[in-house]
Amino acid sequence: MIDFGGWDMPVQYPAGTIEEHLRTRTHAGLFDVSHMGEIDVRGPDAIAFVNRITSNDVNKLVDGQAQYTALTTPQGTVIDDLLVYRLAADHLLLVVNAGTTDKDWDWIKSHHAGEQVELKNVSADYCQLALQGPDAIAILQKLTDTPLDDIKYYHFTRGQVDAIDSIISRTGYTGEDGFEIYAAPEHAERLWSRILEAGNFGTDQGVLPCGLAARNTLRLEAGLALYGHEIDENTTLLEANLGWICKLDKGDFIGRETLAQQKADGVKRKLVGFEVTDRGIARDDQEVVINDQRVGKVTSGSPAPFLKKNIGFAYVPAEYASVGQEIKVDVRGRLVGAQIVKTPFYKRPK
Amino acid sequence: MANVPEDLHYSKDHEWVRVEGDQAIIGITDYAQNSLGDVVYVELPKAGEKFAGNEPFGSVESVKAVSEVFTPIAGTITSINESLADEPEKVNSDPYGDGWMIRLKMDSPGEVDSLLTAAEYEDFTKAESE
Repeated sequence: MIDFGGWDMPVQYPAGTIEEHLRTRTHAGLFDVSHMGEIDVRGPDAIAFVNRITSNDVNKLVDGQAQYTALTTPQGTVIDDLLVYRLAADHLLLVVNAGTTDKDWDWIKSHHAGEQVELKNVSADYCQLALQGPDAIAILQKLTDTPLDDIKYYHFTRGQVDAIDSIISRTGYTGEDGFEIYAAPEHAERLWSRILEAGNFGTDQGVLPCGLAARNTLRLEAGLALYGHEIDENTTLLEANLGWICKLDKGDFIGRETLAQQKADGVKRKLVGFEVTDRGIARDDQEVVINDQRVGKVTSGSPAPFLKKNIGFAYVPAEYASVGQEIKVDVRGRLVGAQIVKTPFYKRPK
Repeated sequence: MANVPEDLHYSKDHEWVRVEGDQAIIGITDYAQNSLGDVVYVELPKAGEKFAGNEPFGSVESVKAVSEVFTPIAGTITSINESLADEPEKVNSDPYGDGWMIRLKMDSPGEVDSLLTAAEYEDFTKAESE
């Protein structure tokens, strides 16, 4: 167990990180992600307010749809990345990272400027379980009458899972199909056990409970950013290749001007994915060397259990940020060769 | 319970030593491999390299973490377990056998007497995990 944003969380369960990772890719994995924070925004100006403090376009959402976005600073850097759920035209739910929940809450309150909204930090009102993998839909369907096939990717519905009122969301952080289930926290244990039962936990192809380490390797293979690694208050969305969640023409939002300028000028450094080509494993914070110059740092580096390669993300100067570029990573004093590759590293078969 | 063979010597850094004449075979214990989790990479020195006692001679990596491994006693490397390059998981499956790491010629074979016995090591790991 480790402390993670104030939560006691398992790094891995008895099966171990590699098995948890592989099972999620081939069958299903269950993650207790109740540590995630939730902020409720309700009122006639809910959409206008959230649109002003985030970079993606909340106006594009319909009821029952979710969106990946970021809370941005005036410098175009990232306070947090989050999901916005549109429950109704006057009711949004923001799902934020655990370690940043308090900071986000303060930031959101302090940027509230007269819009008619009621803000509530409801993090303690929800547990969240993520059931991920190709078998996720069949497992969850055993526990609910809600036709899960009808929920499209990045959409959600209210329904009952094992007779427990839930938000059933077709989202995730693994690169697999799957669901995130939100319910009142007193039901967490029961939901957890019922999903494991329904998923034949304990059999060779059954669901496996997965810890933080597998959550990290799965999201890395899928090319997804992790707050505090690829993105933080010192990296802009454009540097982090998150231009797709920067809707510069949606109207004003915090950081829009800087981001528009940066888009016109071009970024000086860029986040890239790399594959280690020598023997060795690149790790977080190790330096990237190109032409004998120390030009950047690894933001996440790890073995990729499904791809059976050692991969990572790093920031490098924009002039070196093209696929095929050879780089070196200083792995505890040894320069290990690597090559910039396309991300995501892993894409699930459709 | 972790497996702690009677006939080996142990260090507080969780290495084991098997003495064969003036040579010592060294690896990490069952307790160590279990706390590390799946080993995915092992970095070892080259034959001929000399090490003092209690000096890092390589590293063992799991998905999540890197751990250094230390020479319990001083000596010169005579061979390494080359097969770990392709099958690092042997450290998990057979830590006292196929998962051995280095063989060295001891500077002073008497040095092993300063290491822990199996019983002492068992007590040590119990205390550490409490």
